[in-house]
Amino acid sequence: MQLSRDDLKRAYRRMVTIRIFEERVTKEFAAGNIPGFAHVYLGQEASGVGVCFDLTDEDHIGSTHRGHGHCIAKGVDVRGMMHEIMGKRDGLCGGKGGSMHIADLSKGMLGANAIVGGAPPIAVGAALTHKYRKSGRVAVAFTGDGASNQGTVFEALNMAVVLKVPCIFAFENNGYGEHTAVSYACGAPSMAERVRGFGLPCEVVDGMDFFAVQAAMKRALDHARAGNGPYALELQCKRFLGHFIGDPQAYRTPEELAEARSHDPIPKFRRRVLEAGLLDEADLDAIDREVGDEVESAVASGMAAPSPDPAKDLTRDVYVKYA
Amino acid sequence: MSKKTYLQAINEAIKQEMRRDPNIIVLGEDVAGGQGGSGEVGGVGSVFGQMQGVYKEFGPERVIDTPISESAIVGAAAGAALTGLRPIAELMFVDFVGVCFDQIYNQIAKFRYMFGGKAKTPMVLRTAAGAGFRGAAQHSQTLHPLFTMVPGLKVAMPSNPYDAKGLLIQAIRDDDPVIFIESKFLFGMEGEVPDEAYRIPFGEAHIAREGTDLTFVAFGAMVPRALAVAAELAKENVSVEVVDPRTTSPLDEEAILDSVGKTGRLVVIDESPPRCSLAADIAGLVADRGFRSLRAPVKQVTCPHTPVPFAPALEDEYMPNPRRIMEAARAVLAA
Ligand SMILES: Cc1ncc(C[n+]2csc(CCOP(=O)(O)OP(=O)(O)O)c2C)c(N)n1
Ligand SMILES: [Mg+2]
Repeated sequence: MQLSRDDLKRAYRRMVTIRIFEERVTKEFAAGNIPGFAHVYLGQEASGVGVCFDLTDEDHIGSTHRGHGHCIAKGVDVRGMMHEIMGKRDGLCGGKGGSMHIADLSKGMLGANAIVGGAPPIAVGAALTHKYRKSGRVAVAFTGDGASNQGTVFEALNMAVVLKVPCIFAFENNGYGEHTAVSYACGAPSMAERVRGFGLPCEVVDGMDFFAVQAAMKRALDHARAGNGPYALELQCKRFLGHFIGDPQAYRTPEELAEARSHDPIPKFRRRVLEAGLLDEADLDAIDREVGDEVESAVASGMAAPSPDPAKDLTRDVYVKYA
Repeated sequence: MSKKTYLQAINEAIKQEMRRDPNIIVLGEDVAGGQGGSGEVGGVGSVFGQMQGVYKEFGPERVIDTPISESAIVGAAAGAALTGLRPIAELMFVDFVGVCFDQIYNQIAKFRYMFGGKAKTPMVLRTAAGAGFRGAAQHSQTLHPLFTMVPGLKVAMPSNPYDAKGLLIQAIRDDDPVIFIESKFLFGMEGEVPDEAYRIPFGEAHIAREGTDLTFVAFGAMVPRALAVAAELAKENVSVEVVDPRTTSPLDEEAILDSVGKTGRLVVIDESPPRCSLAADIAGLVADRGFRSLRAPVKQVTCPHTPVPFAPALEDEYMPNPRRIMEAARAVLAA
């Protein structure tokens, strides 16, 4: 493990930010302060943070309907996100996108995506830009286990291999697509095996372990940046809550849910760095407090922020110039 | 006869038809729910609950949960329909049609004509549509004009529980492919619905309210809105006729022309962006064949030419709301 103290703090901060942000989203949603629907990333923090850890703002990611964690992992501003999720005028997308469409191109975040399987072809295109420009950068396609059964994903995998673009497919297998288990919906014995059939390497990784994800992603980056074409990871994760906030989840037993929780990536990270003497409790607790304050203030300012104005905002930005 | 919601009416139609005809199967994402999980199977019954209890009654052979693969869902329904089954496929939100549109407009819509009248494709593609749920740009569209313009498809848009049941039974028994568009906005709406099976023929408009001064033509979730504005205008002694075409393809042109022939004034209310909308289509129909009866210009109340915005403040103005319908009515009455 060659991560510096600062690296470890950064990793922990990102994971905890996702945790606290998503817990707060769950609460504010229940309180009626967040319109629409929201899919939270609770339990999958190590996956997103591990994948994005060694990316720069010039590297791109394409995300999913469960995109808050990917945004935070990529360094997107929490305040702008909260305002967006609340539908406010100064949200990251002016309140026009909401939870399922947060994007921040300045951070290389090409958008959450409410169409399952929507992002992988787009990530191939971003990777094509990097190849064409010889930028040395990559594009990452986050894709769920459920989404992995879309034709768009198969097409993207094949085309990435054919075009030999620096695209990394991060398959987050959290066991379920909505209310259906991966064991039912994915016909191949393993997702990774199926991906390899397209002609690219695919590693199976413990997605609940930041260190395992970060190390695997480093190998993926080395491969892609060396011009060897696409690479894939099957990140085995657990979904702590239901598909959406409020899903009663009768299709999962209490035992299964408890088992999922026992893999919590955040205590696992803490134990690991404390036992190795890399960070101390005080460092970690201070981060918890700072992040708590940051999220608190994002909620408070979000609640107070003005809504968009239909007269000015409704027809703006359909085209570069609307006339 | 008893009071049922729009959602219950849909559910009842499916169950009754499945009891009647063993060739009917259901295909879609989480139409049962829980497959492969550690807990209960069949407890989901579609995300809005349209299939509640259907899996429990008919089992996994007839109520088939699919992977998230819309092209294959619609294509498989098409193939099963061509070969003798009567599938009901579900597209969870109409917005997802982008993933599988080829199967719809190049395949199912064209089989009969391309194959010289030798094929039948008796399938229903049920889907949920409409804004007002803060679902944002990819979960709030209506898209009925997209289907309506494709020759070979039939398109039903029930606006109340009674029509939901009768039109769905007709859709299931119809030998042509039917796009059945359920309004998310209306799932909770209550109304009198007969307990027994009945069909409402396609291409026959329902005069939802009779009137003499002004005609409203509205579709799906816009019908209750049009009726509410008509009731307001009645207080001012303005008599509005509300025409609900029920199906956009086939379209009951005569009912619309007859109504405008009587009132001389027309407002079309369509939850859709304006270009190539049903509003524009009906305005065109009346300009072409009903021009002489018009006493005022036709007004169209539609959404703006934008994607559906997320923020509630924007979405509420995006949809044709009672204020905008009223403004259009007043403009037409004043002309
Ligand atoms: C094209 C399309 N089909 C279906 C849906 C509805 N839907 C939203 S999320 C989801 C499940 C996705 O599962 P998975 O890819 O495993 O992601 P997870 O929710 O587990 O993160 C489904 C079916 C959709 N949004 N888009
Ligand atoms: Mg999943």
